[in-house]
Amino acid sequence: MTVRVAARRVSTDPPGRRVTLAGSVALLGVVLGISLIAAVGLGPVDIPFTDVWRIVFATRDAPTGPLAVIVRDIRLPRVLLGAIVGAGLAVTGAVLQGVLRNPLADPYLIGASSGASLGAVLALMSGLSWLLPVAAFTGAMVTFTVVLLLARNGGQLGVTRLILSGVAVAALAEAVTNFMVLNSPDSQLRSALFWTLGGLSGTQWGDLAVPAIVVAVFVVWFWLRSAGLNALVLGEEGATSLGVEVNRLRMRLVIGSAITVGAVVSVSGGIGFVALMVPHAVRMIVGGDNRWVVPLSALAGALLMVWVDVGARLLNQPDEIPIGVITAMLGAPFFLVLLARANRRAMS
Amino acid sequence: MSLSLDIEDVSWAPVLHDITLSAAPGEILGLIGPNGGGKSSLLRCVYRRQRPDRGRITVDGLDVWTAGAGEVARRVAVVTQEPPADLENSVEQVVALGRVPYLGSLGRLTIAEHDLIEDAMERCAVRALARRPYAQLSGGERQRVHLARALVQQPGLLLLDEPTNHLDLRHQVELLRLIRSLGVTVVAALHDLQLAGAACDRLAVLSGGRLVADGPPAKVVTTELLTDVYGVDAEVTHGSDGLPRINLPLARQSVPSGRVSAIMAPSPGRPVR
Repeated sequence: MTVRVAARRVSTDPPGRRVTLAGSVALLGVVLGISLIAAVGLGPVDIPFTDVWRIVFATRDAPTGPLAVIVRDIRLPRVLLGAIVGAGLAVTGAVLQGVLRNPLADPYLIGASSGASLGAVLALMSGLSWLLPVAAFTGAMVTFTVVLLLARNGGQLGVTRLILSGVAVAALAEAVTNFMVLNSPDSQLRSALFWTLGGLSGTQWGDLAVPAIVVAVFVVWFWLRSAGLNALVLGEEGATSLGVEVNRLRMRLVIGSAITVGAVVSVSGGIGFVALMVPHAVRMIVGGDNRWVVPLSALAGALLMVWVDVGARLLNQPDEIPIGVITAMLGAPFFLVLLARANRRAMS
Repeated sequence: MSLSLDIEDVSWAPVLHDITLSAAPGEILGLIGPNGGGKSSLLRCVYRRQRPDRGRITVDGLDVWTAGAGEVARRVAVVTQEPPADLENSVEQVVALGRVPYLGSLGRLTIAEHDLIEDAMERCAVRALARRPYAQLSGGERQRVHLARALVQQPGLLLLDEPTNHLDLRHQVELLRLIRSLGVTVVAALHDLQLAGAACDRLAVLSGGRLVADGPPAKVVTTELLTDVYGVDAEVTHGSDGLPRINLPLARQSVPSGRVSAIMAPSPGRPVR
């Protein structure tokens, strides 16, 4: 009897589930940690890994002088912010794809990203550049609220209505942003473009606190709701019958996503495709269980963004490539792979 | 564990009007009636999908609309008519969702729960499909997967909306036999009157959002019911088991038989060779 139970136990484990969630989180965490230090060393000035290590952890034989300044005041905050931004974008992508039951869902779809760019460019044009992050966050929240008001139908949050109104509002916000960028004086053109394409250059330590706290809090908050998110795959009827208050859960998760995205893009500008790609890649590897997808997407998003930012620094020296350009270049082939997989599945 | 269901004076304009209906613990109650008669809507009111305008619905004395959704889901399980078709999850993952009402936010399944899932898949004949992606299944297989998921919820009341509509004859019989063996209260909306008569202890007829008949199958399924409610002239006889048999007059109403034979017969003088 015990043998039979043991055999059953093994057979009920999903395929490829030999590793535990804690194990995968730890593994990705270690890879991320090493990547952070490696990424700090990479740039126009190469700094050896061991030197970075010693400066970051302030060991007794740490190098001093300009290298230490570059590491501590320029590279480190920038690399850390990249990780935070990547984690925030990827986790909202994972949540929104689950809530909206749409594989193409990402922060652009609920208007938050486009709203942030609009808010930032507006502040820039009115000479209030010291207000930038606040303006970007406000822009994200305002456009998102408009989307939500358009999508609500008698207290119910319709998924299709949300997607349609999100696309419409985002397109409008982007049109206004592009018009203003085109009409901006040359001196401000680069800065304005930065907000529409995204970037991490010039990050200061002071930029980190708010997005770091928001992303950390919401990753945990989303993770605690991942069982409900799993039930949403059954649609409104099915999830309701499993005891999930569908409408309330959806509303909360969408608002949480908007706040996270707002906090992130208010410091990084709009960065596309990360939120879209990372959760799909994670699902391909670990399957559809959101208890895994949510935390692993956050880590994988951080990892991706750290290395994409290295590319932004190195590939076009002495200039930088806007991060959004690189993620879009990675995103297009990724989409084709997704499409091919979907076709294969449809054929089989 | 089987629980009673009491529907008191429930209305949901414009679909349902003053419906009072109850099912005793362990009873198999069939809801029959024409399309748009209100069968699915009444079930939706019970599983908290659609809040009725008036009336009260209680399961074992618990008012489903004042209790929490989770509390209801631990008592009532549902197999709906059109489950989503595009899930990326495996069959086993979908069946395991039946434990959602019992788990905390990050709860992990115990060995006993894994056994429960295995057992439910076995009973619904989907265990061989456990690893298959749900999206690749046929309609009938999906229906059985959802029944397994509902069993994993360990309900005292099982609601089924057209549970047999995608199933072949063998699986229809097996499903109805299975739900009779569960020992829980079952309320099922069914279309096939003969099958409903054989599977249910009692039938309730909904037409135009009103309850028009309620009683044992032999009393409810009659020639008059088919004429009044469905608008079909049919002959209802009773088999040796006392259950209704419906003879639909299709052949007699179509083309007159003389002409049929004329068409089918080879024309004279033209040998078929």
